[in-house]
Amino acid sequence: MPMDASEIERLIKEGIPDAAVTIEDLRGDGDHYAAHVVSNTFAGKTRVQQHQMVYTALKGNMGDALHALALQTSVPDQ
Amino acid sequence: MSDNSVFERIRQDVGDAPVVLYMKGSPVFPQCGFSSTCVEILTRLGVKFKSHDVLMDPGLRDGIKEFSQWPTIPQLYVKGEFVGGCDIMREMYETGELDQYMTEQGIDREVATA
Repeated sequence: MPMDASEIERLIKEGIPDAAVTIEDLRGDGDHYAAHVVSNTFAGKTRVQQHQMVYTALKGNMGDALHALALQTSVPDQ
Repeated sequence: MSDNSVFERIRQDVGDAPVVLYMKGSPVFPQCGFSSTCVEILTRLGVKFKSHDVLMDPGLRDGIKEFSQWPTIPQLYVKGEFVGGCDIMREMYETGELDQYMTEQGIDREVATA
């Protein structure tokens, strides 16, 4: 089941309130997205931990409803 | 549900070989674009790795996700440590970090042709 980009953004922001989320629908099919998530809460965490925080925010949809979400995370520039 | 025997097997597998990739399909015939990308990255780095095809084993396919608390496959392990999935591998490869990481971990390489 494809997921809407706005729904992905809503879930991420619900889980990580200060997140700046940019989502790109890679193929225009509502199923292959790239998301860039920027948040201060990522500071001092490994990439694996940062991605896990986003996956937690997505509440089990990753790997299920969301097959293809290319994820990039970062801390805001100083 | 967490199945201890699957976890036990994973622990043994990621301990037995320095670089282990859990993927869909085999390095020669990857069954998913993300798995294919990971194989290509490791190949370009000249890193020899052991792969496990999760499509051949539903227990492993679920177990590995629970083991690493990571919802997707492929998954890369170096010296028993979970390094990341396809996005992280790609990012680390592009910045040169993965190359450096493999060197730091003392991973054997073939001379890269690229």
